[in-house]
Amino acid sequence: MDKQKQVPIRMEDPVLRVKCFTEVCHGYNQEEAMAEANRCLECRNAKCINGCPVAIDIPAFIAAVKKGEINEAATIIFRASSLAAVCGRVCPQETQCEKLCVRGIKGEPVAIGKLERFVADWAIANDVFPSEKKPPNGKKVAVIGSGPAGLTCAGDLAKRGYEVTIMEALHEPGGVLVYGIPAFRLPKAEVVEKEIANIKSMGVKIETNTVVGKSVTIDELLEEEGYAAVFIGTGAGLPKFMGIPGEQGGGVFSANEYLTRANLMKAGTANSLTPIMRAKSVAVVGGGNVALDAARTALRLGSEVHIIYRRSEAELPARAEEVHHAKEEGVIFNLLINPCEILTDERGWVRGIRCIKMELGDADESGRRRPVEVKGSEFDIAVDMVIMALGTSPNPLIAATTKGLAVDKWKCIVADEESGLTSKAGVFAGGDAVTGAATVILAMGAGRMAAQGIHEYLMGGDK
Amino acid sequence: MYKIVESLTLTADIFQFEVKSDRIAKTCEPGQFVIVRADENGERIPLTISDYNRKDGTIKLVFQVVGASTHALSLLKTGDSLKDIAGPLGKCSSFVNEPQENLKQKRFLFVAGGVGCAPVFPQVKWLTGNGVTADVIIGFRNKSLVIMESEMEEVATKLYVTTDDGSHGYHGQVTAMIKELCQAGQSYDICIAIGPTVMMKYVALLTKELGIPTIVSMNPVMVDGTGMCGACRLTVDGEVKFACVDGPEFDGHMVDFDEAMMRLGQYHSEEKAAYRAAIAE
Repeated sequence: MDKQKQVPIRMEDPVLRVKCFTEVCHGYNQEEAMAEANRCLECRNAKCINGCPVAIDIPAFIAAVKKGEINEAATIIFRASSLAAVCGRVCPQETQCEKLCVRGIKGEPVAIGKLERFVADWAIANDVFPSEKKPPNGKKVAVIGSGPAGLTCAGDLAKRGYEVTIMEALHEPGGVLVYGIPAFRLPKAEVVEKEIANIKSMGVKIETNTVVGKSVTIDELLEEEGYAAVFIGTGAGLPKFMGIPGEQGGGVFSANEYLTRANLMKAGTANSLTPIMRAKSVAVVGGGNVALDAARTALRLGSEVHIIYRRSEAELPARAEEVHHAKEEGVIFNLLINPCEILTDERGWVRGIRCIKMELGDADESGRRRPVEVKGSEFDIAVDMVIMALGTSPNPLIAATTKGLAVDKWKCIVADEESGLTSKAGVFAGGDAVTGAATVILAMGAGRMAAQGIHEYLMGGDK
Repeated sequence: MYKIVESLTLTADIFQFEVKSDRIAKTCEPGQFVIVRADENGERIPLTISDYNRKDGTIKLVFQVVGASTHALSLLKTGDSLKDIAGPLGKCSSFVNEPQENLKQKRFLFVAGGVGCAPVFPQVKWLTGNGVTADVIIGFRNKSLVIMESEMEEVATKLYVTTDDGSHGYHGQVTAMIKELCQAGQSYDICIAIGPTVMMKYVALLTKELGIPTIVSMNPVMVDGTGMCGACRLTVDGEVKFACVDGPEFDGHMVDFDEAMMRLGQYHSEEKAAYRAAIAE
């Protein structure tokens, strides 16, 4: 066996999978996982740990997998992460832990993400959730939002003995894990619900249908309901639009709307009463993970799908693995073009999208080459639906209803990078609500830091 | 689960629920709405709050069966429960935050069409309860569709009932009634019109002519109701607004009603098919 290469992972056949929402990647079995674990060099100064926002002891859990001690591996992972089966699937490992793996210098890095997923799935299958929990300390903390930041913060606080209640605006907990990421990347009942159930088993209460800022304010939680501290993990849920002509047309949706219908509301499945549009041909504007999720969902609902992205393939912000899967499935990538108008028919419905060709100029502040319009190069693509996946910004609801909570010019909540403390005493924040749209694991990292910050705030530095 | 304390049938296809929800009843104000789901498979349905009882922790909701999801809702009886109810959502009516001295100088005219009586009711109740004049026109296609007449009678300064076919009250549409009142010398400082989008469009066109500032409450397609999906976006004075967080009430002389009606119809064929299937069951 070539030690420079990863043990291959089993996948659902692209021809079959575009017809359903079955998970694309099958994951390793124990034999495969142990073979892959054997590639780990167990570096004494393991760089991979520095690449993990929640600092999982990666060499230690992989060493346990090598020996077939999966229970031990799970214990090590759960010390740092309560959402391992989620992260093993959706983390951008190639830019984090795996990027720093020594094996990656000469060959392929150890498949750390796939190993994490194997261990977490094993734990779910065997109903193992080793959590070390301190006795109750009598203090109440409210966590707003049940996405990755909120769940992580709540889990960490519960382990330390706090009485934690999560307030969730939607009818189901999970945030972006349930409304945003499709089942073919992240199964709901088998993975997300199981990991949330684990967090609840630590004593965390989840109050759904509670829109903080409307149903109850943060000031009321602190002053009337007896919470000693509040963590805001409300994410970045507000969709952006381009402001081009035709964008209000029938058949133009935000990726958030389209994905929420398909994922949270299960539109398109037999029993769901929520409608979703099935188009012949769809243009998805954007090149991030959300754009690809929307594109691959549309494909599964029977549409021909065009990704429209203004830079080149090298700049696509989506994970390489997702781009690869999307191509395998037949998503058409129209790169270096930008929409200038959505064309509508006499009823106001989408009939096409007018785009202009772009070329890459000099690098901008982000280091990426700036796309520049090619004059006079406009052309039309015939589509009957357009999905805008241009990114999201934080929801202003909480900031608008909380006295003394500072936000920056992008409406992101201002919070200390170390502790998560905001400008308001007792109120902490983390995840996309603070940083703007980022990743699941960065939100988890922020939730974890804020849990430590809250603990120090309430216990006066006792670690 | 949220208990339905009382379920009433108002007409053949209009129903009223009184639902237990302490948090919502405590904080809601006139003009706000909630999102409900009947059961596990249900859509998230936005419904304007039609009354609230802070002491008992209940709110009232009135809805018309227009599709599969409202049909499922209509099957629930007193003692049953709603799977989900979230709110209060949206901004409250702007008068709630206006100084009382200002308000008392003003004469309000409310125009409600059909099930639009429900969102109008708490606004009128709030205003007249605070000593403000509020005349109310409630309009229906015919007598069999009339709802909330006696409740409205109790709270309105003056109540005018219209039916398109003349089977009850004034014979004609609400716009004809507005004209008549104004011709008879009534003057109003503000008009609040709530009902079918097409009704709000024509009321707004008329009040623009008459020079009466007008507020409408929009009811577009929504999914989450908290600003996340953008399904409810409208064009108001050339700017894109989200009805769920920027509204639902807007300046009726600035709303692009034709666009709003087109956008309301986006799921029309899917909704019709689902409704047919639901009734067939």
